[in-house]
Amino acid sequence: MEIKTYDFAVVGAGVSGAWTAYELSKYTAKTCLLEKENDVAMGATKANSAIIHAGYDPVPGSLMAKLNVRGNALVRELHEKMDIPFRQIGSYVIALNDEGEEKIKELYERGIKNGVEGLKLLSKEETLAEEPNLSDDVRGALLAPTAGVCSAFEMSCAPAEVAENNGVDLIRNFAVSKVSDDGDYKLVEAADGRVVRARVVINAAGVHADEVAKLFGDDSFKIIPRRGEYSILDNNCGGLVKHVIFQPPVKFGKGILVSPTVDGNILVGPTADNIDDKDDKITTGAGQKVAFDGARKSVPTVSERDVITSFSGIRPIGGKEDFILGFSDADKSLFNVSGIESPGLTAGPAVGEYVVEQLIKNGYALEKKADFDGNRKVFRFNELSDEEKNEYIKKNPLYGRIICRCETVTEGEIVDAVRRGAGARDMDGVKRRVRAGMGRCQGGFCGPKVMEIISRELNIPMSEVTKFGGGSWMVEKD
Amino acid sequence: MQTTKVTCVICPVGCEIEVDHELVNGVETVKEVRNNKCPRGLKYASAEVVNPERVLTSTVRINGGEFARIPVKSEKPVPKSSLFECMKQIRQITVTSPVKMGDVIIPNVAGTGINIIATHNG
Amino acid sequence: MTMNVDVAVIGGGPAGLAAALECRKNGIENILIIERDKQLGGILNQCIHPGFGLHVFGEELTGPEYAQRYINMLAETDIKTLTDTMVLSLSPDKVIRAVNSELGIVEISAKAVILSMGCRERTRGMLRISGTRPSGIYTAGTAQRLVNIEGYMPGKNVVILGSGDIGLIMARRMTLEGAKVKGVYEIMPKSGGLRRNIVQCLDDFGIPLHLSKTAVEIHGRERVEGITVASVDENLAPIAGTEEYIECDTVLLSVGLIPENEVSRSAGIEIDPKTRGPVNNGNFSTSVPGVFACGNVLKVYDLVDNVTKDSVLAGKAAADYIKNN
Repeated sequence: MEIKTYDFAVVGAGVSGAWTAYELSKYTAKTCLLEKENDVAMGATKANSAIIHAGYDPVPGSLMAKLNVRGNALVRELHEKMDIPFRQIGSYVIALNDEGEEKIKELYERGIKNGVEGLKLLSKEETLAEEPNLSDDVRGALLAPTAGVCSAFEMSCAPAEVAENNGVDLIRNFAVSKVSDDGDYKLVEAADGRVVRARVVINAAGVHADEVAKLFGDDSFKIIPRRGEYSILDNNCGGLVKHVIFQPPVKFGKGILVSPTVDGNILVGPTADNIDDKDDKITTGAGQKVAFDGARKSVPTVSERDVITSFSGIRPIGGKEDFILGFSDADKSLFNVSGIESPGLTAGPAVGEYVVEQLIKNGYALEKKADFDGNRKVFRFNELSDEEKNEYIKKNPLYGRIICRCETVTEGEIVDAVRRGAGARDMDGVKRRVRAGMGRCQGGFCGPKVMEIISRELNIPMSEVTKFGGGSWMVEKD
Repeated sequence: MQTTKVTCVICPVGCEIEVDHELVNGVETVKEVRNNKCPRGLKYASAEVVNPERVLTSTVRINGGEFARIPVKSEKPVPKSSLFECMKQIRQITVTSPVKMGDVIIPNVAGTGINIIATHNG
Repeated sequence: MTMNVDVAVIGGGPAGLAAALECRKNGIENILIIERDKQLGGILNQCIHPGFGLHVFGEELTGPEYAQRYINMLAETDIKTLTDTMVLSLSPDKVIRAVNSELGIVEISAKAVILSMGCRERTRGMLRISGTRPSGIYTAGTAQRLVNIEGYMPGKNVVILGSGDIGLIMARRMTLEGAKVKGVYEIMPKSGGLRRNIVQCLDDFGIPLHLSKTAVEIHGRERVEGITVASVDENLAPIAGTEEYIECDTVLLSVGLIPENEVSRSAGIEIDPKTRGPVNNGNFSTSVPGVFACGNVLKVYDLVDNVTKDSVLAGKAAADYIKNN
């Protein structure tokens, strides 16, 4: 088997790995992006609050603080160019008691030190005037106008796509399991025996980053998986709150929040449970109760009755109270991008920038590509005028065939989702990219049709179409 | 004499019919049928005790049709005991479009003397 | 593109076909049926089992036969159809926006509109079952489409949640196709399915029906590996200590149907919170004058024969509306 050689191998196509690959794709160096799953954004990136934080939370002077504020600015700058769904709706941290009032003042001070723009402390009246559904116990709030909500998946899918379009090799189902030396290069081996050579390995393996580091003899950190459970409420609750509503942060994170999603639903969560198993993404009845009881302290009318779906995500806690970013002391060909807990999603674009800065600082001469194209445009049928729709349909009749009725998704969009850079390879991949199967019927009507389109586009039998890779098959062999 | 309770499946009413029956010269013979609301129930309940039968429906592969399968059924009920034999044969068949509703797809399925016919154009 | 018609029928299943034919019979000339699937007949096409038509045709037919008879009747008329066409919205002044790959966006102005979009199935999300999110969880109707139209088996080792008719029918269908159906679990003390289906689909094949039991957790990371069920008390809450693990690779949900009224809502039609269909203002008319509703979009029916009967009345009402306006 031919072994390909790269300058840089990025391990993990979550938000940190994808943005690192994106930054590296601006240079002539050869880069690969190794992903253990069948798609990008399958770990912590996929299931979190999807909030672009303003940056008043992290301790001033920390990498977390710096990259949060920079990441926030980059998202606001790049989201249109890269077609990442983002709404800058602003956030409130609300105070419900004396302690809370102290806390929001402290956060305000921190935010100023961190360079967050536009922060403002609001009175009870100002707060309730903007957010009338908040609890009457509210004493005031810290407003951060630069905060917003995004599609967490697109925050990783978009940079991965741009990276692939600009020459990065996205290699899927590549679970790094062995590392050895080959003179100037590292041989990185997958569980199934495939091997790539790379000069530097950038470890953005999320909850599994400590295991990857260990393969290089680096046991300087341990990732503790922390599970958070969330619920999504029906879009008829869409007007419940207009801003991201936080309670003051607690020991295990930013507490239970109530927030609009970028799609106009309401998100409630997360819980915070340290767990033993890094892949234990179950939802529990008890977790749901904790989330809703917590949420009702902010917004008393939030109700379990409006839940349309629940999910849980795993956050990688590095235990260092800051991101772990830099060359490993144990092996200079390993660069750790680890312990990327909250605000990791926001920091993503800045993490990519930071990694490349550090590579250059450490003597890797990188040369800019002349033909880098950072633009990305996703066709969304629903967002077009009738004239535009007709033009598209004339060019490609598949844009006139609605496959998903609930979300009005056309066959053309599903085909695009498969064919694009870093495209969909399975049912969940299609669902995350174009929302087919995301609506009320949850894929009841469109599921069989989406399966057929994937089978046709990838030229694989129906029995090899999966929900999310691996053993998640959909139908038996005929 | 034996009494067997039979839930009639001929129509959605679902009568609980009682059938008295016994072996006469080695042949299961119906003596009396009660609680049926219509004559079809009488016929069904008697047959259910002597020799239960079912209409079998399934699909067969079709080439050149709008969809991958075309629905079929047994023209008349087949003995319940031969359902899986019939299915074996149905699974092996592939037909080619056009097919019209009522076309015979498999004559004398599994030796039952009953035809499998198409239930839709395809 | 724009069109003008007397009656536009949204949905070419049994309800829409019967209503359109009745309009024609009552002298309405310019009738259009809009169907999202490639063929007319709706869900009947995947209901390949017998049990239809006893009241309407006086003989027992399968779903596809019942549909084909109406399609044949339609072929003898000048009623127009647009298949593979999705209705995007309906306005209160009865302009339909639809789309297909040939014509692009089509605007259809109608004097009267008949809504006959049918219903959809309740899903796992609505049941809020705890546990993992593996593949292998299907609604019974989706499984029915896969098996009967596309020709694919969703799995081999099956547990069915809910004893609605489609679930019972699929228990038999999957068994005939070689799957092992381990049991049907119904949360209520009584099955929601027809008795004949319990006899013909479960008893015939020795498939157990467990009443007052529900799923409490789904297991398996990639594909379903099993399900935990438990007995429920009179409030339908699981009773601790009664949990039982069942190994399976497939879970089919047959837990109810909901009228599909997104198009109705786009026209501002008043929806009955109980039936979840349009409020019937008498004679199958909705709160918007000239818009009628029939079949499962109005309320969920047990028998297609009754859908046909009511849809004939709705067709007649739409025809009368046009004559009087």
